[in-house]
Amino acid sequence: MTPDAAQYVVPLPVMLPLFAAGLTLALWRHSRAQRIITVVTLSAVVAISVVLLVAADSGPVVVDVGGWAAPVGIDLVADRLSALMLTVSSIVMLCVLLYSLAQGVADDAAGDDASIPTAIYHPTYMVLAAGVFNAFLSGDLFNLYVGFEVFLAASYVLLTLGGTGERIRAGSIYVVVALLSSVIFLVAIAVTYAATGTVNLAQLSERFADIDPGVRLVIQLLLLLAFGIKAAIFPLSAWLPDSYPTAPAPVTAVFAGLLTKVGVYAIIRTQTLLFPEGHADTVLMWLALLTMLVGILGAVAQNDIKRLLSFTLVSHVGFMIFGISLATEPGMSAAIFYVVHHITVQTTLFLVVGLVERRGGSTSLDRLGGLAKLAPGLAILFFIPAMNLAGIPPMSGFLGKLGLVQEGIAQDTWLTWVLVVGSVVTSLLTLYAIVKAWNKAFWQTAPAEIPTDTRLPRGMVGPAAALVVLGLGLTVVAGPLYAYSERAAGTLLDGHSYVDAVFSKGDRGEGESNEVATDEPPLEETGGTDEGGDG
Amino acid sequence: MNVIDTTPSLALVLAIGVLFAAGVYLLLERSLTRVLLGFILMGNGANLLFLVAGGRSGGAPLVGTTPEDEMSDPLVQAMVLTAIVITLGITAFVLAMAYRSWQLHGHDEVQDDLEDRRVARHAARNAPAFTDTDSEESGETLDDEAAQVRDETGTDSADGTDGTDGTDDAEGRTTREPR
Repeated sequence: MTPDAAQYVVPLPVMLPLFAAGLTLALWRHSRAQRIITVVTLSAVVAISVVLLVAADSGPVVVDVGGWAAPVGIDLVADRLSALMLTVSSIVMLCVLLYSLAQGVADDAAGDDASIPTAIYHPTYMVLAAGVFNAFLSGDLFNLYVGFEVFLAASYVLLTLGGTGERIRAGSIYVVVALLSSVIFLVAIAVTYAATGTVNLAQLSERFADIDPGVRLVIQLLLLLAFGIKAAIFPLSAWLPDSYPTAPAPVTAVFAGLLTKVGVYAIIRTQTLLFPEGHADTVLMWLALLTMLVGILGAVAQNDIKRLLSFTLVSHVGFMIFGISLATEPGMSAAIFYVVHHITVQTTLFLVVGLVERRGGSTSLDRLGGLAKLAPGLAILFFIPAMNLAGIPPMSGFLGKLGLVQEGIAQDTWLTWVLVVGSVVTSLLTLYAIVKAWNKAFWQTAPAEIPTDTRLPRGMVGPAAALVVLGLGLTVVAGPLYAYSERAAGTLLDGHSYVDAVFSKGDRGEGESNEVATDEPPLEETGGTDEGGDG
Repeated sequence: MNVIDTTPSLALVLAIGVLFAAGVYLLLERSLTRVLLGFILMGNGANLLFLVAGGRSGGAPLVGTTPEDEMSDPLVQAMVLTAIVITLGITAFVLAMAYRSWQLHGHDEVQDDLEDRRVARHAARNAPAFTDTDSEESGETLDDEAAQVRDETGTDSADGTDGTDGTDDAEGRTTREPR
């Protein structure tokens, strides 16, 4: 599909879930209808994002929302990075949705007081999807903020589902920290607007070159602070292991997989497009190192699988920041590949731990044991993504880390060497933490009686297994995927193709209100302008 | 195109400073209601910042009614409006959360993490070396004290000896009746 035709589907990943949210809210009495609507919607988004993935490979796909040309109107831009993130996150969200449906059905059948009140779960989940996809597609700083707020508001509701004491406690911390980062983001936008007179990302990338370097640095650090809280970079990461583990398993899984990665995506987008001179790279390197080490040391100390995984989540965000801070095409492409890998694997692990909790009745490593004999299938489901997370060759975690380490060595400064050593140590400690969890939960003799007759619902095992296979599949398609990441990184660091794509109509960009977008295809001359690393 | 007078007004700048200072102070409180008030103040500070960013006020930005160089900037007002709407929604949610917290515990204070306390207790058992010299006669360690801070869920025994007794709280199963 050509970019011209593809531009008509760009808004759909945002619009469809929002429509579905309204529809499922109206149909709150009919849970079967709700299920059908949400599954169909997310399946459609998966299909659309694959279309965009192909279309964006020949140049960024831009759509002017409401027919107003950028920078007057708000535009949605799907370049390679956006399309890749969109594809991975929509697939993961679909799998988690199927898992949570099966869990809901199983709980209903068991007469349990369902841990997920489904009437509100479906609309909220759809709003979350819309917000995340909007953040990926936004070509406008303020629209990015709106996307963040939309998925954050949904995440507040999902995190406190049911309103039990522990979830309210965890939710309070999460909400307060998220509110703070939102205010910082808002201030950053206000300062940006005061300094440049625009919030359109493409126009900002042109105008930032002309403003005072001090002001530019302030804006850069403000944005880093706001996104750093959301991405859980070390000094700003304490809220995450505290708040995630209390939510229902599918909610934790989708949060762990996606929400921090939206922060990482925003960092990649703003650092490459708006601040290409990279003044923050040294700071980012130190932060990456500290995030990796402090996160994984936290994981080693934990005695609860969910919390252990939350700490590894923090730790592995450090790898992505490492790649971003290298600020070269190989480093950035390794970071992008790592994001894709980590979304898949971390979500899988949390889903599998949900199964472990169901089977063993607990997530505390002091109470679990002997699950390898009782549920060998479950043991395999846990073992594969766990080893993938630790980076055992030839799995995708290894490939991402290898790319980072290679580029770190290639840059050959003492700081990158420190980072290389730090990342290897982190990988080893990840292996240690994960193996500890494996030994205690699956191999040791059970300290407490574990019921032998519980059967895991097939509907829950299926999506989790599908994600495990997807994680393994990343190795199989690693060649094309890595090449795609390299081209995405090339587009990002080049910068011009993004700006050219947004302003390609020639007569656009004057800011006159009578310049409504015409029907001519906006992208005809951009095909040749992007020079991805096709080599 | 920059015909709008963008010199910031001193009154607005001072108001922003005061709003942010008060907001940050309230945000550091433990009570959710005060935190919420702090957030609202900071949000309004950010909104005023947007107004300053848009420059001095002018005529209504309608083509035909106001000459172009006397118009005020409409974009910042649109953005402020969006931010206000978002703040309103979040405020409603946080109020609901504070109310739920009051229903469950009789207050709306943000509590410590139970798992942190369990890890601290674990460390207290394993590390007698970290003895607090000030309270040596009572045999208490710093870690013991850390393990005993603020327990508000009510069901967790506060004696700090049993390492596993808080698990039920962590899973959120036990809650008290509303008072």
